[in-house]
Amino acid sequence: MSIVLEAQNINKYFEKPTRFQVLKDINFTIEKGEFVSIMGKSGCGKSTLLYILSTMDTEYEGRLLLNNEVISGQSGEKLSYIRNKHIGFVFQFHYLLADFTVLENIMLPAKKLGEKTLEAIEKDAYDKLKLLKIDHLALKKASQVSGGEKQRVAIARALINNPSIIMGDEPTGNLDSNNADNVFTIFRELCDKQHLSLLIVTHDEDFAKRTDRIILMEDGTIKK
Amino acid sequence: MINWPVILTIAKTHLVTKIKQTSVAALGVTFGIGAYITLVSFMTGLNTMLDNLMMNQTPHIHIYNEIEPTKEQPIALYDQLANSTPIIHSIKPKLSQKKIHNALPLLNYLNEDVHVKGAVPQIKAQIFYIAGSIEIAGNLTGIHALEEAKLFHLKDYIIEGSAEALNNNENGILLGVGVAKKMSVHVGDRIQISTIKGDVFPLRIVGLYQSGISDLDAIQSFSNLKTVQRILGEAANYITDINVKLNDVELAFPMAKKIEHQFELKAIDFNTANAQFETGTTVRNLITYAVSITLLIVAGFGIYNILNMLIYEKMNDIAILKAIGFSGKDVQMIFMSQAMIIGFVGGVLGLLLGFGLSHFISTIPFETEALPTVKTYPINFNPWFYGIGIVFALVSTFFAGYLPAQKAKKIDPVKIIRGQ
Ligand SMILES: Nc1ncnc2c1ncn2[C@@H]1O[C@H](COP(=O)(O)OP(=O)(O)OP(=O)(O)O)[C@@H](O)[C@H]1O
Ligand SMILES: [Mg+2]
Repeated sequence: MSIVLEAQNINKYFEKPTRFQVLKDINFTIEKGEFVSIMGKSGCGKSTLLYILSTMDTEYEGRLLLNNEVISGQSGEKLSYIRNKHIGFVFQFHYLLADFTVLENIMLPAKKLGEKTLEAIEKDAYDKLKLLKIDHLALKKASQVSGGEKQRVAIARALINNPSIIMGDEPTGNLDSNNADNVFTIFRELCDKQHLSLLIVTHDEDFAKRTDRIILMEDGTIKK
Repeated sequence: MINWPVILTIAKTHLVTKIKQTSVAALGVTFGIGAYITLVSFMTGLNTMLDNLMMNQTPHIHIYNEIEPTKEQPIALYDQLANSTPIIHSIKPKLSQKKIHNALPLLNYLNEDVHVKGAVPQIKAQIFYIAGSIEIAGNLTGIHALEEAKLFHLKDYIIEGSAEALNNNENGILLGVGVAKKMSVHVGDRIQISTIKGDVFPLRIVGLYQSGISDLDAIQSFSNLKTVQRILGEAANYITDINVKLNDVELAFPMAKKIEHQFELKAIDFNTANAQFETGTTVRNLITYAVSITLLIVAGFGIYNILNMLIYEKMNDIAILKAIGFSGKDVQMIFMSQAMIIGFVGGVLGLLLGFGLSHFISTIPFETEALPTVKTYPINFNPWFYGIGIVFALVSTFFAGYLPAQKAKKIDPVKIIRGQ
């Protein structure tokens, strides 16, 4: 099995209000097709770690490898490209562009990538919508769909460029158990059928138990 | 590498969803550019009119024989006093003729010069208009009517009759309107004039002349060269003034100097004679541009404000865009293109507004005695102003958009996402 994501000796400090170490010597790997969850007490540094892994936060010590390539220390331009092509991100709060339709929201990362024609992108977007069973919402304004639906739109958007890994920061934290279950099923299927790698931060014990592996964090370190 | 179609769609969507603010920002530009176009068209229109008023009638070089004291007094020739400073009291001008010596060869010489558009001879004579027992002092200028019409727009100042009529009539006179009014005579009537020596001549009025300067119109009249020569009892080579029009007015000064030197005559160039005139033009242009730039700066602050507001409102969008792979530069370009779209749309509307307004002004009647040929307010529809206007709009919106866009570029998505 090939390694998709590898963190080597990640340390992270916050300077304000006083200097303190949030992440202490984090080391782990995620293999292709693995569904991994991160758990831990509130404030132990899960989100901070995820922002670093997603390349949005660049102020850390240590090395980060994506598909065996070092991405630490790359230029902002390059990191944007990596985020665009290789990383799908799903937030706790369904982060959609409110002024755009569901379809446009989903197409946007692919348009930015610019590898396919507009027709091909639109077809891809519809495929993802169908996969998530929300194709009937395609032309609705993003601000006019429900929370659970928004989360599925966000997942569809994360999938559009067929990324190497999907990261989620409590993607089900804001959903009722029914919807949360739904999202889990979707993730599970993506993992099983399309060999997608997933790294999901969650507080939901049931959710975590059904993943392939749980990374437990405590005070900025990995327990197991 | 920037993916412009995507950037522009996002920019457009933002603008359309915030159509009210967008419109206000664009209207600011429209107003600034519209005012600039109107102002500059009107001001330069007026300038050109005033320039023409001056330039049409005024020769670029006026050559005549000035009665003045000899510059070099005889004592300067006396070697023995070379090291001392002579003081001479009561210098009197030298006795000389009013006529230009060898005027006809000089005219030929000037007309052959490639820089000269034309040189025309004139004779200035003091006369009296005789009305019953009253004598009114005046000036009679002998001219070549057709040449004057061609070079100095004489026709614009003939309000009745024509230059041809004067040319065709040996005893014709083109009478100043002020004189005609005083003497209550009309075109076709006969009047009598007398020379200083006392000779009386009857002349027929073939037209009325109005320069717009009433003091001048109350004394000035024109007749043919030959007629005046006959009245004065002078020969055909008697010419007192030569007026020169050049192809390029800038050459007036060096040429006047050359003529003075070469022919020992007085030659006054246009700029020396009308120094205050250039200043007026400069000041008017200065005012126009100062007002326009002020308006555009105000509009620029409007755009700056609105873009800043838009960026605060779209903070989440910016974070999402960055999270899904748009670079800081992309985001900057989104907001820059919004500024430029506002600038372009506002600018084009401003050009239209400016054109409409200046067109409207150009139809307003504007009649004044001083300008017999002008019927409506003068407007200069110079395409350059429209070019400058749109460049102005784009440049000012570029600067207004630059700082907000720079700020959007630097927004840290993690901070926004955490803040949620
Ligand atoms: N910008 C910041 N400056 C200083 N300290 C911060 C900053 N952001 C987070 N922290 C601190 O870093 C620690 C880790 O925060 P983080 O958000 O990673 O926790 P978390 O594990 O995601 O918690 P939760 O489960 O509640 O989301 C917390 O103690 C938090 O107060
Ligand atoms: Mg968190």
